Amino acid sequence: MIEQPEPKTDVLAKRDAIVAGLRHLLPASGVIAEPLRLKPYETDGLSAYRQVPLAVVLPETTEQVAAVMAFCHAQGVRVVPRGAGTSLSGGALPMADAVVLGLMRMNRILDIDYADRCAVVQAGVTNIGITQAVAQRQFFYAPDPSSQLACMIGGNVNMNSGGAHCLRYGVTANNLLGLKIVTVEGEILDIGGAYLDAAGYDWLGLLTGSEGQLAIVTEVTVRILRSPEGARAMLAAFTSNEIAGACVDSIIASGIIPVALEFMDRPAIHACEAFAHAGYPLDAEAMLIIEVEGSTAEQDDLLARIRDICAQHAPISLEVAKTAEQSLAIWKGRKGAFGAVGRISPDYLCMDGTIPTSQLPAVLRRIGEMSASYGLQVANIFHAGDGNLHPLIMFDANSAESFHKAEAFGADILRLCVEVGGCLTGEHGVGVEKRDLMGVQFTEIELDQQRRVKSAFDPGWLLNANKVFPLTAALRA
Amino acid sequence: MMPVDEAGVVAAIQAATTPLRILGAGSKLPMLRPVQAPASLSTAGLTGITFYAPKELVLSARAGTPVADLVAATAAEGQHLIAEPPDWRRLLGTDAAGTLGGAVATNLSGPRRVAWGAMRDHVLGVRAVNGSGEVIRSGGRVLKNVTGLDLCKLLSGSHGTLAVMTEITLKVLPAPERRATLVLKGLAPVEAVAALAAALGSPYAVSAAAYLPATEAARIPALAWLGESVTLARLEDFAPSVAYRSDRLRADLASFGSAEMLDDAASLAAWADIGDVVPLIGQGDALWRVSVRPSLGPAVLAAAQAAFPAQAFLDWGGGLVWIAGPATVAAHDAVAAAATAAGGVWTLMRAPEALRAAVAVVPPEPAALARIGRQVKAAFDPRGLLNPGRIVAGV
Repeated sequence: MIEQPEPKTDVLAKRDAIVAGLRHLLPASGVIAEPLRLKPYETDGLSAYRQVPLAVVLPETTEQVAAVMAFCHAQGVRVVPRGAGTSLSGGALPMADAVVLGLMRMNRILDIDYADRCAVVQAGVTNIGITQAVAQRQFFYAPDPSSQLACMIGGNVNMNSGGAHCLRYGVTANNLLGLKIVTVEGEILDIGGAYLDAAGYDWLGLLTGSEGQLAIVTEVTVRILRSPEGARAMLAAFTSNEIAGACVDSIIASGIIPVALEFMDRPAIHACEAFAHAGYPLDAEAMLIIEVEGSTAEQDDLLARIRDICAQHAPISLEVAKTAEQSLAIWKGRKGAFGAVGRISPDYLCMDGTIPTSQLPAVLRRIGEMSASYGLQVANIFHAGDGNLHPLIMFDANSAESFHKAEAFGADILRLCVEVGGCLTGEHGVGVEKRDLMGVQFTEIELDQQRRVKSAFDPGWLLNANKVFPLTAALRA
Repeated sequence: MMPVDEAGVVAAIQAATTPLRILGAGSKLPMLRPVQAPASLSTAGLTGITFYAPKELVLSARAGTPVADLVAATAAEGQHLIAEPPDWRRLLGTDAAGTLGGAVATNLSGPRRVAWGAMRDHVLGVRAVNGSGEVIRSGGRVLKNVTGLDLCKLLSGSHGTLAVMTEITLKVLPAPERRATLVLKGLAPVEAVAALAAALGSPYAVSAAAYLPATEAARIPALAWLGESVTLARLEDFAPSVAYRSDRLRADLASFGSAEMLDDAASLAAWADIGDVVPLIGQGDALWRVSVRPSLGPAVLAAAQAAFPAQAFLDWGGGLVWIAGPATVAAHDAVAAAATAAGGVWTLMRAPEALRAAVAVVPPEPAALARIGRQVKAAFDPRGLLNPGRIVAGV
């Protein structure tokens, strides 16, 4: 179990008074303090780590959030914000002395403006919910993390979530215009709005990806985009990771930026094919799924160009979808990758480093060697255009030894990512999972600079204090 | 002081006991508030591209590298700087060639910003020296990175008040094979912005959208022959796509009038001049930039014109209003009131020092945010050495 900050004994001692105080601020159903009902909040998408919180609050308005924050601030109570709880890095892991502030009841879409291409939504609206709300007018919200059916926009903002189409459309930070936040003291502030590039410091950019360290996000103004006329995928399979990597380089060098460029290694291909029967070539060492957008003629033009490039890299299989249905079939295996790996091994860790794309073959070779030495299987899925690598490490959760090995294996992969010029996390966030690896990427001076920025927002370190930064002596005491 | 390496920047800041005016080449000194400091620290001596991997879409350069060098280096590989940073030398009346550090520190973005993001959206990593003389890095050299707080974004647009950037890594993209611009003539501002909203809301990936009244359009050589107000929507892509999309866009916008098309060369020239704010060079003693909800751009334009003899035009689909006028407190207050009424923000871009020192050059923040801002400033620059008062008096 990961080390937690030392619980505040004074807070634990006045638990009943704190719960009573919270009940004054919220509707009856908005405060949870019974042990049995707290249980579902003890973990998130990284279920290996668990901690039952002091209490859970489920506010319905920004004003209620502000009241809760002012109360917790006055009482010196730590707060852990939570959206849908889909974090793969333990971003919503509670602390024993903390109030979990769940935003899921703030799930209304407040405004949609097609002329100005933006929408205002509450933090608890799901990612897919935004796209669904504007789909009737052929608009969409671009970032599409694979948890998009469940994950909430407030969580997306806090983790700066990505997805499979970042190469073309950017990550969450590139698709936001404004936020409504509540400070640790309980003050409500508007950051940005339905316009581009606020004057003064870029608070919007700093808050995005801040993992709940700086403030509570209650509303978000997102950019919405008109959908392309259509999209189609192709599949190309190769005899080695090196060749597939060289093919990716050639595509980018040709001036084409596909909207998606996904790479799967041999174990991933086999897992997905066994699960989804998508027709993936089982004799391939590496496979690319490449998607382009535009009118049918534009798709034909781009796919023909890409096909020619792939053909120069001795593919063992080259399949261009002719219809939207064939395109879906190509995606079917990749989209089911997590379920597919889950069928081979009920327990797996989904890692999330980023590497310079040129390093892919070397990194996959090293991961293969580590896999042999740890005795744990790994399948690699890679957003090849942007270098974001997702090794899925399979282990047995019934064996503590197997889990610790998987954790150590994952940490070794992330160290490798940093060593070759990449980073610890491309889109999942640091959370608790990678907190103690931050020193691999940053110097102590750099971490202290980031800590001072947190302190500027949250002098008492009440917000999500068990995440992101290696614990300091002050938090351990 | 003009150190030639990062160690020199560290030494200069560590040795400083009084405030420093932070600059690159100094091309944007006429912006915002004048900094009162006995000494200057320039990054113009830190030059050179340190890393460029076109296949990885990543470029790193020292902060003092001229933007023009980066434009040339990327063009040689068939790529470009995504945010299309403009050249404001003539606009601001300086002759220094703008640097990468300056472009990032001012979050300098051109017409493509409306579709492809601002300068800050493409900053992947920075090395910087804070006010204590410590070297800090944020981000890196990969396209996707959420490790730790995003200080790249905080430093972008911070105008040298938090740290002195020494090296910056950008995302770059392939340059388009072809450009074309659809032109609607003679529209009034409200109609024009409706047309631009239709263009930006089309599936054709319009990459720039502007409106220039007839007088302002006449000052751009590539547009002067049209003789009327112009409403412009740019397409950039492979040649077959541009041809196809031009036809579709023209048909979609037919209700706004019959459209002319600018070819590749005319598009390049026209949009470079729009980004460089050529129509307002030498116009008025003061210059403002207002960012608003695009549909309210015409209201800001009208309010400014009602208050004083304003020269003005709209970029970013109507959301960016450029206004030139007299350098008076009354004119500034009128612009600020129009921006505020539209729920937007203003920046005083150029004015005599007396006006820049006398008014709020950007909107004041609410008290709680201003307090956080002072604490963030102290978190980087506890001695208050770096560009004090550049954005807000006393900070």
